[in-house]
Amino acid sequence: MSKAQNTGAVKKFLYINRRAPHGSNYAQEGLEMAMVGAAFEQEVAIAFIDDGVFQLKRGQNPAGAGLKNFTAAFGALGDHDIRDIFVERESLEARGLRAEDLLQLVFEDENGKRAEKSAVQIVGGDELAEIIARQDVLLNF
Amino acid sequence: MLHVVNKSPFEKDSLTTCMRLSRPGSHVLLIEDGVYAALGGGAFAARVRESMAARKFYALGADLAARGLGESDLIDGISVIGYDGFVELAASCSAVQSWV
Repeated sequence: MSKAQNTGAVKKFLYINRRAPHGSNYAQEGLEMAMVGAAFEQEVAIAFIDDGVFQLKRGQNPAGAGLKNFTAAFGALGDHDIRDIFVERESLEARGLRAEDLLQLVFEDENGKRAEKSAVQIVGGDELAEIIARQDVLLNF
Repeated sequence: MLHVVNKSPFEKDSLTTCMRLSRPGSHVLLIEDGVYAALGGGAFAARVRESMAARKFYALGADLAARGLGESDLIDGISVIGYDGFVELAASCSAVQSWV
């Protein structure tokens, strides 16, 4: 896709999502904002913590509850060159979820092929603390 | 009495308060983000199972499906009901308390 004109330095952006997907608008807006950041050619990563891990749950079908299935758009993150999606292990475990319960999100490798490279990385809290400490800009949803 | 919980137990204490302040014999219906309390492997499962010894728990099917949850993900003994079941339950109870 076409990229917006980038006139400044590239910064490291981390979008932190800590809310469940359908009970409020935070999750949908966080996803849209991450894509905006990527369109401005910033280095974008997304973290899912606490109830935010429910956003990546496989098999969501909200039509019956009268809700929009915005989570289908997670599949487009790779097309926006978002390659780092961090999920906190402790948050998953507290909710009885495993890696295989999550959506498979992939990105294109350097050859432009749609290789099976997973963007989702399950990391412990200690590692996530290091990742947060390395950022220039933190946005919370 | 029907008690309704619509918040995730991981984010708000609505469910905890509901279980503390509902009398034995009550019906507890989990809707919206409240359905996350029904997860069999979650950190709240033990407390819900304990509460279920004296209360009947239900979860709204459409809200489970919206969140990618199926009956196999739930604590055994929680009844999945539809909107029609919700109406019947509310009509059959003396009053409805929503722990928003």
